[in-house]
Order: sequence, then structure tokens, then C-alpha cells
Amino acid sequence: MTTTVAAAPRGDVGQDRSLQAQRARAAFWFLAPMLVMLILVAAWPLFRSISFSFTDATADTIFNGQSEWVGFANYLEMRVRDSGEVRWRGVLVDPDWWNAVWNTVRFAFVSVAFETVLGLLVALVLNAEFKGRGIVRAAILIPWAIPTIVSARMWGWMLNDQFGVINYMLQGMGIIDQPIAWTARPDTAMIAVLIVDIWKTTPFMALLILAGLQMIPRDMYEAARLDGVHPVRVFFKVTLPLLRPALLVAVIFRILDALRIFDLIYVLTPRSEGTVTMSVLSYLQLQQFGDYGEGSAQSTLLFLIITLFVTLYIWLGRVDLSGDRS
Amino acid sequence: MSESSPFWTAMFYLGVVLIVVIAVYPFYYAIVTSFETGTALFTPSLWPENFSWTNYVAVFTGRNFLRSVANSVLVAGVTVVASLFFAVTASYALARVRFRGRGPLLMMILGVSMFPQIAVLSGLYELVNWLGIYNTPVALMLSYTIFTLPFTVWVLTTFMRDLPVEIEEAAIVDGASPWVIITQVFLPLLWPALVTTGLLAFIGAWNEFLFALTFTVSETQRTVPVAIALLSGASQQEIPWGPIMAASVVVTVPLIVLVLIFQRKIVAGLTAGGVKG
Repeated sequence: MTTTVAAAPRGDVGQDRSLQAQRARAAFWFLAPMLVMLILVAAWPLFRSISFSFTDATADTIFNGQSEWVGFANYLEMRVRDSGEVRWRGVLVDPDWWNAVWNTVRFAFVSVAFETVLGLLVALVLNAEFKGRGIVRAAILIPWAIPTIVSARMWGWMLNDQFGVINYMLQGMGIIDQPIAWTARPDTAMIAVLIVDIWKTTPFMALLILAGLQMIPRDMYEAARLDGVHPVRVFFKVTLPLLRPALLVAVIFRILDALRIFDLIYVLTPRSEGTVTMSVLSYLQLQQFGDYGEGSAQSTLLFLIITLFVTLYIWLGRVDLSGDRS
Repeated sequence: MSESSPFWTAMFYLGVVLIVVIAVYPFYYAIVTSFETGTALFTPSLWPENFSWTNYVAVFTGRNFLRSVANSVLVAGVTVVASLFFAVTASYALARVRFRGRGPLLMMILGVSMFPQIAVLSGLYELVNWLGIYNTPVALMLSYTIFTLPFTVWVLTTFMRDLPVEIEEAAIVDGASPWVIITQVFLPLLWPALVTTGLLAFIGAWNEFLFALTFTVSETQRTVPVAIALLSGASQQEIPWGPIMAASVVVTVPLIVLVLIFQRKIVAGLTAGGVKG
């Protein structure tokens, strides 16, 4: 199905041409305001951020233009001391940075894995016909609708070490003897963040997967059922292969989101070594320490990583950019 | 479900109940907490033990909370209206007119909608200061377009692309200009899509945290997420959980109501932005 009007359906060729030219000119003017906005708020700030990463800009020098160009020193720099000792410095040899990279990757991988599996389960439930389906769908929209900051504080309270309901329940069930300071302990902070993120984002995943499920023709199931194929086999042989494209796009979409996570971690587990991600580290570097050079270098590196994934998304997802629907 | 054994039917409904409880319970617990005071606050319970409005009174009377709500409404409202205005004309051009470079342009817009906010933070900080709008709602309205605009353009483009050719043909034959076609032909058809996209963009702007945290300093300029995140007591031990939960409930209930009213449309809007392979 083609939905693009190339030219007027009637009229001679010359008129078609001028019409097309007129439409192309109009298109330009229609796009111009949006493009100007995007250049102002996206392209230019991005360019400036990347530029800062090559300077020694600080909170004081950022505005008076006294910062100096330092090349790649914020990323990696070799210094030879008088004693002949070689020292490396910069983000790429900073253990804090690599800790943040590890935290981000760990978070993205585990959260997306859980969200995909749980989201698939919830989607399969919602795809079945049963009484009260509407209620379930409404219920799972609630975690999604709650602002991230609110869920961070809500769960911060539930995971509270002394008065938290989670510790209360776990102790009541005899799973733990001592209350756990979930958000403060370095070994449980990441678990706390993961729980909240999975709780909040699984619904989104389920809805995306459900949309994919509903595109699978019903008669495929009907045929399998008539042939007496076991439902589990139907799932692996029919549902999953047909769902693959939708699943893949949803997963990459979520990975992109997980890689840039900031607010949940900043509010739920502030100043925790065990959860600080690339976005959080870069923010602290910029705002807390006023180091615009190194902070921008960190944000630029994150930008590069995400660009890689966006490219992957567009390529693998075969996102339709032609404007024509196939 | 008709042919399954009773055991599996029971398991299925058990799963359903589990999903609902896990989804709803945390917010329910926040509501319970928000109605409790004193020692009741610190003993977990299923119902509010000593029902009181104290926390809500505390939230509304102190600490610029209403001001924050007003800031959030203003910022999110203006951002969404501006984005929709820019997006309608742009998406008409992107969906309906063939021109060179349309593919790369769409790719760029999709790219912008996905890149990390932190990547532009220092550049935007400089821009905001240079424009003299630091610590004002205008700074947030401007910076939020970075995610609302690409999103609205993308979703509206997908939507407009799916409208049949015929509706435009008659107008073209009659010699209507593209502007007339947009306002007279497409706009009436676009209303449902505009409502959905606008609502999703509104939620995005309402929830935004990083820019709001960076570009505002005074309490009177804060938006709701920043106000709630920074609501704290004199020390770590004295976090005012009651008022925090009350504030959380106040800003979340309208969102939940909106989302439930528009749930079908929202799901359609989300999937248009996500999976359209």
C-alpha cells in the first residue's frame, strides 16, 4: 500500500511538475521551524558538549572563555615525570569511570533480560481471552504511569531498613533474620535499583510485545490446535519466531533507555559506588565538581556508545524510513 | 481457556492475581502511608491505622509545593503545545511529500529522540545561561523540546502516512495549497492522534528530572519531580516519609486517571513510537 501522493492524479505532465515543485517548496517551509528548534536545542548543545570535552573548562571558566584547548587530555593523556616514570591520566584510565561503565552494562543487561521474559509472560496472559482482562491491563498501566521519581521514593520507603514493608514481609516469612539496608549496602543497592526498574518497565515491555502478538493471525493457532500440537510447542515453533522482529526492536529500544538511566539511581541510591552509572557519574562531575572538561568527556563517550546502539536499532529493526509502507 | 484442565485454569488465574497485586500494591502502600502519622507510620499495615489528612495539609501548606505543581503544569503544557504546533506541519511534509533527503532526515529525528540527555547537558547549560533563562521555567520549556519534538514528529508522521490518499486528492484537484490541506483536511482527522501524542509528551515533560534538577536552583522555580526528590528532613534519619508519600500520591493520581481514561489510545501511541517494523 502506498500512501504518498507523488503528484495529482489528473492533469498534464507539466502541471504535475509544477505541483510537485510547489509541494516540495511548501515542505521545506513546513520543516524549517522544527529543524531550527532541533538545531538550537539538540545539535548545537551537543556540539558544545563535545567541544568542552577537549578543553579544561570548569564551572568558573565555562562562561568567560578562559578555558583552554587540551586535546584528548580529558580522555587519555601520558605524562612522563622527571624520574622517567610514565603516568596515564584521563577518563579512559579512571577506575571510577570503568566502575560506572560496568554498573551501566550490568544494569542494562539484567534489567532488560528480566523485563523481556516477564513482559512476554504478561503479554501472553493479556493475549488470552478471560474474564477481567480489562482490569489486568488497567492494573499494569499503573506502574508505567507513575513518575520515575515517585517510584524511586515509594520503593525507597518500602525498602527502608528499619520501617520498610519489604523487610517486614521477608522477616515475617522467615527468609531473612535481620532487616537489610537495601539501598545503602553496596551489594544490595543494585538489586534494589533493578527491582524498581523491572517493576516499572515490565508493563511497557508487555504492551509492546502484546502489540506484536496481536499481529499474529489467529488462524495460525487454530491450525496448530486442529493438528493437535502441544501449546508449549506452538509457543516455541509458531509464536516466538513470528514475534522475533517485534521482540528485537523492543529489546534494543529498552537497552537504549537503560544505558542512559539517571533519575532512578540518583534518587534511590545516592552516592552508592555499587550503582553509579555513566550518566550519574558525568552529572556529578559536571554539577558537583564543576569539571566541565572531564564531565563532558564522559558524556561524549556515553553518547558514542548509544549512537552505536541507535545505528544497530535502525539497521536491525529495519525501521521504515522510506515513507512507504511495505 | 475452555479446554484446559481445572488445575491449569487455576494456575492461570493465580498468575493473573499475582500480576495485578504486584502492579498495584506499591502505589496502594504509598496511599496507606500518606494517611498515617506518628508511630502508625512506622508499623507496616494493610489499612491506614489512624486515618488522618495531616500529611496532605503539611504538603499543601508548606515548602512551595503548589508552586512546584504550577511550574510543572506550565512547563509541560507549553512544551507540549509548542511541540505539537511544530510537529503537525513538519510531519505533513515528512509523511506526504516526496523530497530528497527525507529518509536521512527521519533517521536523524529518530536518533535525536534516543540520545542521552546527559550528552547535551553542558552545552545546554551554557546556552541557557547565555539566553539569560537560567533558573526560569523557560529554560525547561526550551530544553524539553529535545525529547518531545522528535517524539511527536515521529508518531504523527507514522499516523499521517497511514491516512488514505483519496482524502488529499480532491483538495489537490481543487487547487488547495498545502497549508489549506493541513488545516482543513488533515487537522480534523488528526485530533485523536494529537490527543494521544500530546498526552504522552505531557507525561514525559511532567516526569523529566535531569534538566529540571540542573537548570533550576531556587525552590520557587522547581518542578514536581525535583521538589519530591529533594524533600528531606534535617538529617538522613528524619526523612519525612508521610509528606513525601502524600505529595507523591497528589501528583500521581491525575496521571493514573488520565492514563486509564486514554489507555487504548496510549497503547496505540506507544507502539507507533516503538515497534513499527
